[in-house]
Amino acid sequence: MKKDCPKSIVEIRDVVFSRDAKPIFDGLNINIPRGKITAVMGPSGTGKTTLLRLITGQLTPDKGHICVDGKDVSTMSREQLFAMRRRMGMLFQNGALLTDLDVFENVAFPLREHTDLPEKLIRHIVLTKLHAVGLRGTWRMMPSELSGGMARRVALARSMAMDPDIIIYDEPLAGLDPISMGVILRLIKRLNDALGITSIVVSHDVQEIGSIADCSYLMADGKVVASGAPEELSKDGNPIVQQFMAGMAEGPVPFHYPGPDYEEQLLGRVVE
Amino acid sequence: MKDWLCEIRDAMKAFVRTVGELTLFFINIVMYTPRTLVRRPGLVVKQVFNSGTMSMTIILTCGLFVGMVLGLQGFDTLQRFGAEEALGTFATLSLVKELGPVLTALLFAGRAGTALASEIGLMRATDQLAAMEMMAVDPVRRIVIPRFLGGVVAMPFLAAIFNMVAIFGAFIVGVTFMGVDEGAFWSQMHANVAVADVAQGVIKSVVFGVVASLLAVYQGYTSVPTAEGVGRATTRTVVTTAITVLILDYMLTAALIG
Ligand SMILES: Nc1ncnc2c1ncn2[C@@H]1O[C@H](COP(=O)(O)OP(=O)(O)OP(=O)(O)O)[C@@H](O)[C@H]1O
Ligand SMILES: [Mg+2]
Repeated sequence: MKKDCPKSIVEIRDVVFSRDAKPIFDGLNINIPRGKITAVMGPSGTGKTTLLRLITGQLTPDKGHICVDGKDVSTMSREQLFAMRRRMGMLFQNGALLTDLDVFENVAFPLREHTDLPEKLIRHIVLTKLHAVGLRGTWRMMPSELSGGMARRVALARSMAMDPDIIIYDEPLAGLDPISMGVILRLIKRLNDALGITSIVVSHDVQEIGSIADCSYLMADGKVVASGAPEELSKDGNPIVQQFMAGMAEGPVPFHYPGPDYEEQLLGRVVE
Repeated sequence: MKDWLCEIRDAMKAFVRTVGELTLFFINIVMYTPRTLVRRPGLVVKQVFNSGTMSMTIILTCGLFVGMVLGLQGFDTLQRFGAEEALGTFATLSLVKELGPVLTALLFAGRAGTALASEIGLMRATDQLAAMEMMAVDPVRRIVIPRFLGGVVAMPFLAAIFNMVAIFGAFIVGVTFMGVDEGAFWSQMHANVAVADVAQGVIKSVVFGVVASLLAVYQGYTSVPTAEGVGRATTRTVVTTAITVLILDYMLTAALIG
């Protein structure tokens, strides 16, 4: 089960984190190897988005360490955090495009904020990135005119704009049609192969993401329950892993969020 | 009895905490204001126009009618002393020193302030501020400060426009409808309104501009990231601005007159 991925760029050591007294992570250990694609999988609500927020320093762990490039994120000053984030791209689960700017300006946003590039070059970079996600034609549209999947692809173009060393994708494939899904998968793979970008991909699409990931982690109950190359994962004997890979409702991972007894609640016998 | 005391204590704690947070937020804004003005003047200018044009219609309409009411009431009161000719002075002094700055601030809070609060609140709720943080862009510098400065700069101009329209309204009612002598209306105004009176109004509108803009961006920035939270932030913008402006108005008047 333990096959440590070599040369980590992100290291997560014994992280404990809780929100409103509700424990989310309890001794989490993850290594993200440099220049590889790492998939993070897990049932909804296990804290995958929370994990990404911890890595990027938007949240701080209660205990344990998170190191990016050997530096502890929780001890960084705001300037150091910003310096680190300039080298990171992040795709938010909902896209998080700036609604008062059009598509072109959204992708140009980090360039305009951090560089003094001439307009011609900015235009060139933005159009290239938009072309890569197949949305060059939408450059004058406002985010509100895009569908959810399109907005996510524009956000993907934006996260690539600064040519980061690490790109973090929160559910890049959710809500995409099979064609876009294939294109985005190949794009993630190509960015990784051609430019050596480290990719951290959170996804539920076990098959699709398994096809490009070098290394994957399956989380449940605040811990990593399995890790290794995707093929190894699907052969893993652990019932939790089997349940997740095969998508069964019954098994060690409860499909239902903890709550009172179903029958009792329907009959109104639960004191609320 | 105990519960009651506890509630008061909690409310006071919450109040002190909010005031503290607001102060820190304000200090943060002030610290980065010079840099924003130098490096991103375009963002500020855009927000001056934004706040200004947003509030223009309501300022023009309300200004006109407030002036017309002043014309009627002023004429009615002054003619009892046989002093209708002082109508110009009466209207101008009330407007420049009190009604202009105060009403403009209240109208600004209702129009531009709520818009700013809900805009920033929605940005928080839809992760736009988090996305900016992730792109190593400080939302306070990029979003909050330009909007704050926009309001601060726009307010004195809006108050001046309000005053001009309102004086015109008083003139129409007083001179055209009620037959006050036109020459007397203007010359008495010229003779009796001092620079100090105008300065008092300008000081007030600058202070109110800072207060109304600060409360709007603060409520938006700290709103709970839900639809309900954003709604509550906009309501709170109007309520807190109205209370603060009226209290400050008394204190400023006492200080400036006293
Ligand atoms: N702002 C918050 N305040 C309190 N609890 C939160 C907050 N955000 C998330 N949580 C809790 O943290 C847990 C993990 O949330 P998270 O968003 O990280 O899940 P996720 O693994 O990304 O799920 P999904 O696959 O559905 O996106 C959830 O149980 C949720 O209830
Ligand atoms: Mg998530």
